Amino acid sequence: MSNSLVKIRDLRFSRGTRVIFDGIDMDIPRKGVTAIMGPSGTGKTTLLKLIGGQLQPDSGSIEVDGQNVQRLKTSQLYALRKRMGMLFQSGALLTDLSVFENVAYPLREHTRLSAAMIRQLVLLKLNAVGLRGAAELMPAELSGGMARRVAMARAIALDPMMIMYDEPFTGQDPISMGVLVELIKNFNAALSVCSVVVSHDVEETMSIADYVYIISAGKVVEHGSTEAMQCSDSAWTRQFIDGLADGPVPFHYPAAPLYQDLFTGSN
Amino acid sequence: MLLARIEQLGRTALAGIQRLGRGNVFLLQILVGSVGLLRRPGLLVRQLYSVGVQTLIIIIVAGLFVGMVMSLQSYYALVDFGAEDSVSVMVVLSLLRELGPVVTALLFAGRAGSALTAELGLMKATEQLSGMEMMAVNPIERVVAPRFLAGVISMPLLAAIFSAVGVIGAYLVAVELLGLDSGAFWSQAQAKVDLIQDLGNGMIKALVFGFVVAWIAVFEGYDCIPTSEGLGQATTRTVVHSSLAILGLDFVLTALMFGK
Amino acid sequence: MNSRTLELVVGLFVAAGFAALFMMAMTVSNLASYGNGGGYEIKAQFDNIGGLKVRSPVAASGVRIGRVTAIDYDQSRYEALVTMLIEPQYNKFPSDTSASILTSGLLGEQYVGLEPGAEEDYLKSGSSIEITQSALVLEQIIGQFLYSKADDKK
Repeated sequence: MSNSLVKIRDLRFSRGTRVIFDGIDMDIPRKGVTAIMGPSGTGKTTLLKLIGGQLQPDSGSIEVDGQNVQRLKTSQLYALRKRMGMLFQSGALLTDLSVFENVAYPLREHTRLSAAMIRQLVLLKLNAVGLRGAAELMPAELSGGMARRVAMARAIALDPMMIMYDEPFTGQDPISMGVLVELIKNFNAALSVCSVVVSHDVEETMSIADYVYIISAGKVVEHGSTEAMQCSDSAWTRQFIDGLADGPVPFHYPAAPLYQDLFTGSN
Repeated sequence: MLLARIEQLGRTALAGIQRLGRGNVFLLQILVGSVGLLRRPGLLVRQLYSVGVQTLIIIIVAGLFVGMVMSLQSYYALVDFGAEDSVSVMVVLSLLRELGPVVTALLFAGRAGSALTAELGLMKATEQLSGMEMMAVNPIERVVAPRFLAGVISMPLLAAIFSAVGVIGAYLVAVELLGLDSGAFWSQAQAKVDLIQDLGNGMIKALVFGFVVAWIAVFEGYDCIPTSEGLGQATTRTVVHSSLAILGLDFVLTALMFGK
Repeated sequence: MNSRTLELVVGLFVAAGFAALFMMAMTVSNLASYGNGGGYEIKAQFDNIGGLKVRSPVAASGVRIGRVTAIDYDQSRYEALVTMLIEPQYNKFPSDTSASILTSGLLGEQYVGLEPGAEEDYLKSGSSIEITQSALVLEQIIGQFLYSKADDKK
């Protein structure tokens, strides 16, 4: 068995005529935080869905813990998913259940624990994200940051071997951003799991990641340890990490030269 | 230009057929998922509430007025022939055979069907369905099947209530307002209305309509484009397609049941 | 809403649905005529049954006592064979009872009317009624009327 939990080989995926991934190789280690970064619209969320077996690639293979996700039968895939936690961008809490019931949901579905046991577990998980006091609230009463924290409590309810975070920092105020960064770091250390963070918030992600993949236009542009990436001299990586307006990704959307548009008159 | 038109036409047709196929596969998945529902009757009860009970008020009000109007209209038509005692026959037969199932189904599509589509579409847009899948829970079994079954069960019950309330409305107008004989009202109906041929077939119609409306509603919701625009379109499609399906099927069923 | 009230409300809804069905079956349909299927069957042959149908009423002195269960065509005698189910409590019809096809009102539905005879023994299951009178067919009556008028002129 290799040291990597997720092994992606020559992954190709397209939606209609749009190519999203054009041959991606990736190894995600069993321990530590792996960040997958790239501009918006490069299919980072799609990658997580491919790993979770919710989408089928056009070609290539994805192995999670030695099992080829695409070849699994439904029951095997479900067994594998029980060992994966996923935090969706919106939190994906079930709106007709309270916070408590949301966290209890995977436990009720997949275990035969007594009601008292479930109650204790749920309160512990909620305590870990600091929302034990919000147990009886409904998801509609939560702020975006709180919803994500509840979703994190739910994602770790079954003590998974890996947790995938889909854009955990998007649209958060600095305080909840800080809370989420802390939580991801702490969870990873305390549970010693594999954490995959998909994000384009460079600073926050780099602060917790051990290993970084940068993808763009369907390819892995560069990968390496966080330190190596900080001082990478690839022009593309520099533009992305430093947030420069112009560079390999041009400021201008492809167009005819300006003078042509301005002086050839209206068509 | 013409070639592009034809190409477009072909694409639309193909997409339509593909969608039809997807809908049928989806139905199969629902039916398989429904089996697992036996162990969780609580889910079904909750949906029976939001699909059935919450549609009840509009059904009762509509049924009452339809019955009253029918009674009044047929009285004026029949009184010229001295056949006003047949008001009950006319109203009851229309209600049991046609208006009960059809009007109930149309109202059901507008009230419960659109709500089902919107709810499922919203769950899709907020990644709740995806989230369930990632929690190793099959959303078709846990979310879609209870809603579908609740629709199938609710429709005949609602249609029965609609017809019964309609009959009461007709009685109120015919007997209390127009002064027809109460005994004649009931006995005329009893002489002409057949338990199986009329009441039974009407209920079969209602069951078929419930099946189709619930199917269309959950499919449109589950299959919608998860944006606010896609959601709106899906909800509209549910109402339009359900209504057309109800009226078309009604003709086919009527021809099968009452045409000899 | 907690699950107890929820179950209660849904239970009421389902009960109301069945109550509506039951009410309609009792008040506006011919549930009574389905009865328990009891009674006895008698047969009668007619030259012409007019608009008589299966499930048309069978009446004596205007009181409904049974219904038509089957209508066949007897090829050996070239007549219609009507089978009727008479309710069990009406079991004292003399064997020479006559049957005729009558119309309720000018445009009403047609039914079989029984006219009791005077014999000592009664009709029982499987008996046949020998004396029958066919339905009045309007065209024939008009035909006969015109024919007799023509005769008068001579």
